[in-house]
Order: sequence, then structure tokens, then C-alpha cells
Amino acid sequence: MFGLRKSDSVLLLIVIALTVFAPFILNPFPENSVMAQFNAGYPDLMQRLVIFGIFAIGFNILFGLTGYLSFGHAAFLGVGSYAGVWMIKLLTLNVIPAIVVSVIVAGAFSLLVGWISLRRSGIYFSILTLAFAQMSYALAYSVLTPITGGETGLQPKVADPRILDAALEEGVTPRANLFGMFMNDSYEMVVGGWIFTFNVGYYIAAICMVFAFYLSIRIFRSPFGLMLRAVKSNQQRLNYTGIESKPYTLAAFVISGMYAGLAGGLLVAMDTQAGAERMFWTASGEVVLMTILGGAGTLIGPVLGAGFIKYFENIVSKINANILETWFSFMPDGISDLFVGLIYPFIGKGWHLTLGILFMLVVIFLPGGLVQGGQKIAGMFKNKKDGSDSATSSASAAPAE
Amino acid sequence: MEAIVLQILNGLDKGSAYALIALGLTLIFGTLGVVNFAHGALFMIGAFCAVTLSKILTLSHVVIDATKKDFLGNPLKVEVPYIYDFVGENAGNIIIDWAVPLSILFAIPIMVLIGFIMERGLIKHFYKRPHADQILVTFGLAIVMQEVIKYFYGANPIPTPAPEAFKGSLDFGAMLGFEANSIIYPYWRLVYFSFAAVIIGGVFAFLQFTTFGMVVRAGMADRETVGLLGINIDKRFTIMFGLAAAVAGLAGVMYTPINSPNYHMGMDFLVLSFVVVVVGGMGSLSGAVLAGFLLGILESFASMTAVLETLPGINQIIIYLVAIIVLLTRPRGLMGKAGVMEE
Amino acid sequence: MGILEVQNVNKSFGGLKALTNVNLNVEEGMIHAIIGPNGAGKSTLLNCFVGRLIPDTGAVTFDGQSLLGKKPHEINQTGVSRVFQTPEIFSDLTVLENVMIPCFAKRDGSYSLNAIKAVGNEKDILEKAEQMLVDVNMADKRDMVASSMSRGDKRRLEMAMCLSQDPKLLLLDEPTAGMARADTNNTIDLLAEIQEKRHITMVVIEHDMHVVFSLAQKISVLAQGTVIVEDLPEKIKGHPKVQEAYLGGAH
Repeated sequence: MFGLRKSDSVLLLIVIALTVFAPFILNPFPENSVMAQFNAGYPDLMQRLVIFGIFAIGFNILFGLTGYLSFGHAAFLGVGSYAGVWMIKLLTLNVIPAIVVSVIVAGAFSLLVGWISLRRSGIYFSILTLAFAQMSYALAYSVLTPITGGETGLQPKVADPRILDAALEEGVTPRANLFGMFMNDSYEMVVGGWIFTFNVGYYIAAICMVFAFYLSIRIFRSPFGLMLRAVKSNQQRLNYTGIESKPYTLAAFVISGMYAGLAGGLLVAMDTQAGAERMFWTASGEVVLMTILGGAGTLIGPVLGAGFIKYFENIVSKINANILETWFSFMPDGISDLFVGLIYPFIGKGWHLTLGILFMLVVIFLPGGLVQGGQKIAGMFKNKKDGSDSATSSASAAPAE
Repeated sequence: MEAIVLQILNGLDKGSAYALIALGLTLIFGTLGVVNFAHGALFMIGAFCAVTLSKILTLSHVVIDATKKDFLGNPLKVEVPYIYDFVGENAGNIIIDWAVPLSILFAIPIMVLIGFIMERGLIKHFYKRPHADQILVTFGLAIVMQEVIKYFYGANPIPTPAPEAFKGSLDFGAMLGFEANSIIYPYWRLVYFSFAAVIIGGVFAFLQFTTFGMVVRAGMADRETVGLLGINIDKRFTIMFGLAAAVAGLAGVMYTPINSPNYHMGMDFLVLSFVVVVVGGMGSLSGAVLAGFLLGILESFASMTAVLETLPGINQIIIYLVAIIVLLTRPRGLMGKAGVMEE
Repeated sequence: MGILEVQNVNKSFGGLKALTNVNLNVEEGMIHAIIGPNGAGKSTLLNCFVGRLIPDTGAVTFDGQSLLGKKPHEINQTGVSRVFQTPEIFSDLTVLENVMIPCFAKRDGSYSLNAIKAVGNEKDILEKAEQMLVDVNMADKRDMVASSMSRGDKRRLEMAMCLSQDPKLLLLDEPTAGMARADTNNTIDLLAEIQEKRHITMVVIEHDMHVVFSLAQKISVLAQGTVIVEDLPEKIKGHPKVQEAYLGGAH
């Protein structure tokens, strides 16, 4: 299907199904139940899940395939965001020019950064990308304030020119749309105690993510992808095999920069604003985290990692001491206090602490990320099954994988 | 002329901090071959050692002072630090006033211990892993450390003043024969610079003149050969990690009066210190120190009004800009050796 | 007129002279061995052929064009392949992928950014790579990850990777280093067979005299950075200068 081999087609179909039915899947609990706080099926969060999925898919094309660890990819997302907001201010509230220009501008910027940074490899490359990102961040906050809005960031105003649109009336908030469909429009479906929200912006972002995912499968399976994996494996052999690695790594860098730009453009389409904090190096660290957590170099890993982090960021940050107390209220007072006290540092504002610990655990014990973990668990079940009827099937089962 | 001297002096204290952190980073990298992204967090924890000690010293109990009345005429409740009970009010005040310098004694064992635990508990398992994994796991550790500090101390900067005796400023201008008050330099910054110079000198002397240091230097140059000589280099490297942690911690302790410590100060310094290490040359101790001071001073020159008028914003990016130029023209940094981290 | 000509090549590192006025003439279709004591400059010379080092002075001409100043990938594209002392392969990739990469490099050149077609649909490349694996008796290992193979198999794979490009010149840096006698003999047979079937010119650097005299049709002896003798194998054996170089140079 679509020029993919069978296993990849299945993977793509799974991703499509997950994104299409996300409003159901992410809202498994009735609205007024205690568990409703674990629902994630509201537009804002769903949008971010798929948008950061795009960001991580792109980052994985660089890091997962070539092994070049960029610590400055948030800069491309940030630059893309600014470009997107300017399109909304200057041209039209229709999101298409904003998204397209975000991708182009981020791609051009990553071409410049990549061209310079890729002259070095290893940790030097990481530091160079970090330096570029921090420079962009610092400039966005200071000198470039006329373009970036400095600390307040960039938002559309009623008085903006928007040469393709009819003028807005005074006092109307400019809302991003796609040919008249507003990004924050939603249709709510009430089924019993459940409310499922279908949001325009989410589905536009989801279409982009499915396309981005499809493209990444094609890249992984192409000769180009093979060369990128060869770069990671043995760059010297590649050079002596008649291939110059720089154009390949640069292309991978620019592609991942354009993915970051797409993510930035979509963020702008959803909330019509951009700020320098999107370029801070912790934001670059976050996308590294997502990719590693999910499984760098695997197709589905970055999507899982992005979903996992953004979901738990949202859910864990919302839990507070009161909620904790209701959870443990069935226990005797002293013991419940103990549990609340033990868990409290990790929830709410303690999300970053949880994230840091999780990150360390993954790097230490599961360098292949969630995908590897899943494979290990699957392998364990398989072994158990094999063990039970080993007499009959072990000989035939072995060569299957 | 005054302006130039002033900027050099201004650059010295930040440069000292960069140099101290970069020195520790290089020690760890040179000896253990590990890229430690948690080194900035060690600097931050050092600073919070000072905060902790001054909190401990000012722990108080409430005493009712019958001689004073509040505005309602009731006896006034006053908080009396426990320390008054032990050494009396005057001595107590002096000790509280000198909390930051005293923290040096308090911080050294703590930092060395943290260093040992970190190396034995975590870093040791990453010697053979790719640099990317080392970066990632220490990055995770740095997040954890700063969040733990944030949990206990809050997100706001905590002012931790220098002793009263160092609160004033030195009129350098008058000393050098310029106009009075043309170059004013706070005493504490002078203390910080001298302190950094002593520590750096100490580390170099330690490596240069002790047998221990000699082995470590040999190990930095060629780990395998030293291993072949039957010297247990690993144990020494653990000690080096403790030493590097202590250096970072002390840099943090003494920096508290210059900038009130907050939980993310480590990260802020780390990124710049890494740039410093790369500019100095990965694995070169003197390169790290030189680049630290150089970039600190350069940053302070870039903040001059005259410079900012022609090149707005240059103070924000000068260090990164220099790093990019150095890396592209001198791939090994200013004083880097061949073969270090080139693949 | 040889296919590879080296004229008056000099190379020094700092004050140390590694190569002095080296002249070499490799004739097409021959197996040409370069021997010499340790530190004679053999590897330095080989590195000058593949673009890793650039000679200070002199000329290196391959097939009528100068190799000086060309990068490794450009030199490979002119038809020079190299086998390393320790096998340089793509350890994370499968055996088949390892052989496909040089096939792509041969067909598409250095810069083809082909991201559209799937690798699995590149029938000509697949066929060629699989045939190559059959030729070196590795067809059964095609889906193994390269790093999981034995050292001997890795070397065979590297050879297959180089041969799949149909090079005009194959450079071999101690192809039997560290091998057991049986493996060494296998390698000799393999090289002899390649030469017979494909008529590829080979330059072999070797320590093992058994290998050298089994294979080489011509031998150059390098000592202290310069070629002291270049002659047929039977004439090399008793040559006084060679004995002096090996015995005298060692003590």
C-alpha cells in the first residue's frame, strides 16, 4: 500500500486509526467519574500530542538514523513559529500560508545551521547546535524584539494588515481558520456520561502527522535512509565506498529542521502566538527525550515518546495534594499521609522531577526506549509460550524471527 | 583606559566561575572520558550548601523579651538564633555574618561525597557507553538535582550576603592613578577572583607535584598504557571526580553573594561552561582555564555601551559566536590535543 | 605504462620523513605486493593512494588521471577500492545491506539523495548484491547483522563489498593479519580466484611471506621510506638488498 511493505502499511494503518479515533481513545472515562482527570481527549492536549509527535518524528530522522545528536532543534521550531505568526499578521488568518512558510523558513535556517555544524561530529556537533539555538533564543529576546515581540511574544492584532482578508471589526479576536473553519471549533458528542470532542485544529494537525509519519517510513526504507544508517554505523567505510556523507547528513538535518518548522507552524495555527521560550535549550532537550524515550531509530518510537511525555506532563501536572488524599483516603490516616507525602514531590509542579527520573531510568536500563521495552515483554511472553509446548514447536518457531 | 580596566575586572568574576566549572568538566572528561551534563548542577548544589548553612545558623527559637513591649503593651516576642545560646550574641552574629566563607568547610565533604556517589553509582556504568548516552543520562540527573533543590528551597532566588567586612567597594581607579571613583570594584568580587586563582593553582599544583597527580596526568594522556603498568587508575579517577565536584561546589558557594542562587543557575552556567571547554580544547586543563577567563572578559567588553550601540545584542551572543568561529577554524579548540573526541 | 603510477612521492610528518622519492609502477591485471619491515612506510604509501594523506611532493596517477587532492570518495568513484587491516564494515546493518551500499555508490555516484524508491524495489541492486554474496559463499548469512559475524566472515564481507563495485584497482592492507593458517590459505585461494575470474589489479601490503610468494606477480620492497627493489618474486628472494633491509634494518 502506498509503496510500503506490508509490515509498514500495518504500522501506518495503526497510526491512522489511533489518530482518527483519538477523541474516543483518550477519553475512556465518563465525565463526572473520579477517573475523568485521566482523560486527555480535549482539543488543546490532543493537538499538542500530534504536533510534538511531528517534531519527534523529524528529530528521529536526524538522530535515530545518523546518530548526530542535535541539542538545538527547538530553534527551528521557534523560527517556524515566528514565521507562521507573521504570515497570519501580514497575509491572512487562513493557516495554510502560515504552515507552508513555517516549513520553508525553518528549512532555510536549518540549512545554514546544519551547513556549519556538520563540519564537526560527535560532541562538537552537539555543542555547535546548542550554541546556535541559544544564540537564536538570546537574540529573539533582545535585539530582534521588533520581529519577535521579545518577552511578550508575537500575537495577531485586529489592526494587522492581513492583505488577503477583509478587515475585522473592532473588538473581534482574530482567530485562525482553514477556509472558514476555525481551529478551535469543536463538535461535542455526548454518549451517556461520556463527552467526546472532535476539534477542527486537531484533525488538521493529525492529517499533517500522518503524512509526516508516512514520509518518515518512506525515508527509512529508501536508499537515502540506508545511507544515513551507514553514516551512523561507519562513516569512514562510507567515504571509502565512494559516498560523501555530508550531503546526506545535511539533507537529514534540513528535513528534520523542516519537520520542526511544520510543528512550529501548526502550534501557531492552533494558538496564534509565538514566544522565545519555545527555543530555549530545555525545549531542545525535550524533543531528545521524547525520541529516546520512545526509541531512537525506530519508526513508531518518537510518536510514542511524544505522546507519552505530553500526556503525562498534562495529567501528572494536574494532580494535586487534594486529589492524592482522596486516592488514599481508604487507608488509615497515618499511612495515607505517608503515601501522600511520598508521592507528592512527583506530581503537580514536580512533573519535571518525575520526567528527569524517568529519563535516567530509560537511558540506563532501556536504551532502546519504549519500543525495545515492548519487544522485550513480547519476547518474554513468546518464550513462555515456547517453553510450554517446546517439544512440538521450538524447532519450527526459531527461524521465524 | 579606565573603561577597559573596568571591563577586564568585571569579566574576571564571571570568568572565574566559568574557569572553575570548565576545569572540573575537563578533569572529568580528561580522566574518565565522560561528558558530564550534571556538572552545572554540582555548582548549583555548592551554592545551596551556603544557603543551607546560613539557614542552619539562623535557626531560631522564640523568646519573650520582657524589657521590650510591642505597641499593645504586651511583652515582645523575639526570635533568637540557637547559635546565641551556644556562643553568645556577639560571636553568634559574627558566625552568621561569615556564613558564606564558613560554608566552604561545610561544602567540601558534602560535594566530595556527592561526587563519589555519582561516580560509583551512575557514571561508572557509562564509561563504555556512547557519548550520546553519557550526555543524556547526566542531563537527566541534572534535571533531577535541580528539581529536588526546587522542591526544598522554592523557585525564587535566595539572597545570601557576603560578610559585612567585604560589602564595600575598592576604588581601583585611585590606586592605579586614575580619577577617584572611576573604577569601582566590589571587595567580594576581588575575593572571588583570588579564591578562584588559589583553587586553580591548587589543582594544577596537585596534578603537577604529587605522585597521585602524575599518575592521573599519565592516565589522561594514555589510559590504556597506564592500566598496563598495573596501576589501579579507576580508584584515582573516582577521587578525581570527587575533586571536580568539590571545585564546582566551591565555585558555587563563593558565587552566592554575587548572584542570589536559584535552582536553575547550574543549567545557565553549564551551557556556557561547555562552550568554554570546547573553545579551550576538550581535555586541556589550561585551555579550559584560559578560555574561561577569556570569554568572561570578552562578554564583559561586549556589554559596554559603546559596543552595544554599534552591535546591539552582541553581549548576549558573543560567547556562542566565538565558540562557532573557534570550532570552525581551530577544530581542537585553543589548546586542544589531537585525537580527543574527534570521531 | 602501468595502471597506477607513483612518481617521486615524498611525505613527512613534522620532521620525520616517512616517504622519500618513492616510485612505483603497478601493471594492469597484476597482483603487486609491497613488502618491507615495520615502519618502512607501507601504510603511509597506501594512504596516499586513497586520499587519506596527501603527498608533499610527487605524483600519483591512476588510469591516466592524477589522484592528488582528491577526496576518498572521489578516488573510489574512479575505480579504487580498499580493504582495511581490521575489517571496516557497517556493523549495525545486515550483510545484504552492507553489500548493497557499495552497489548504490557504484550506480548512483557520491551524492544521489534517492529518498523516493524503497530499497526493496531496487531490483538490479538487490540481484547484484545477492549474486555477490553467492560468489563469496555468504548467501546463507544475508540477513545477519554484520557485527555478529566472526572476524574471518567480516573480512570476507569487506572483500565482497569492494568487489561488488567492480573496481579497477583493489588495495589490500594486510588481508591475512591475525588469521590462523587455514584462514590465511582460504584468503589466498579467494584472492587468486578473484584475480583469475575478474582480472582486477591488486596492490597487497603484507607481512606474511607465504602469502606474498603465493600470490604476487611483482614485488616492491620498501625500506626506510623508499623503494629499494622492484622485481619479480623469484628475483626478490635472494636479493642482497632485501636481506640487508630485513636483517640490517631490524638490528
